[in-house]
Amino acid sequence: MKAGDRRDEPDELYRKLRSEASESGYFLNPDEAFVLDLASGLLTNRKRYGYQACPCRLASGDAASDRDIVCPCDYRDADLDEYGACYCALYVSEEVSAGRKEARPVPERRPDARETGRQKGGPPGPAAPLPYPVWRCRVCGYLCARGEPPGICPICKAGKERFERFM
Amino acid sequence: MQMNRVAGNDHGPIKLFTLSTCVWCKKTKALLQDLNVGYEYVDVDLLNSPERDYVLDELRTFNPHCSFPSLVVNNDCIVGYQEEKIREALQRL
Repeated sequence: MKAGDRRDEPDELYRKLRSEASESGYFLNPDEAFVLDLASGLLTNRKRYGYQACPCRLASGDAASDRDIVCPCDYRDADLDEYGACYCALYVSEEVSAGRKEARPVPERRPDARETGRQKGGPPGPAAPLPYPVWRCRVCGYLCARGEPPGICPICKAGKERFERFM
Repeated sequence: MQMNRVAGNDHGPIKLFTLSTCVWCKKTKALLQDLNVGYEYVDVDLLNSPERDYVLDELRTFNPHCSFPSLVVNNDCIVGYQEEKIREALQRL
């Protein structure tokens, strides 16, 4: 196998996810076999759609309407707080990671596309009278005031397209 | 619509809606297999339109969120891998 193919291997993705999680204060599920299975699902979706959509949700194949479920999804932090795990349980809370608590089943909190219309990522509302617009990372909540959102969130490493206009 | 049939004891129609990439869906399939229950399933992510829309319309009548896995037993729908609930529902059959 060529060295360049390694990023398509579940164990390599697992190592990457684990190191990114620990650098940004998140915890992967301690069940390694389970995480490797999730990593396979993420890689399948990357091949299939061109992005790592949540393996436990049905992606539409349209990048703009699937943006909120690209892993890590927009709903991870709220589910970690409330249930101790994200929707697919790739990420768990510190307490669950340490075995002090058990993760609970996570109901789907993603709004139904049919009711809300999937957000296309446009900035909400008119520009506020601020010297700079404020951008919010939809994944981790990081805020920054600058002309454009950063290319990569410095906290959780989400891409520029995951930012929304906050103020 | 072509469902995949898994052989096992006949408890009447048991239908499982799954994603091929979903770990919780795989766990549900494994549980049914362990319990030796005959059932049919469909991996919705592997379907193209219009089959996918047809299946989602059916799933929506049981689970408006169309989340996975959804196990339909006796017109009741168990959403997610809820091992105890699944065991109980199958025992009642």
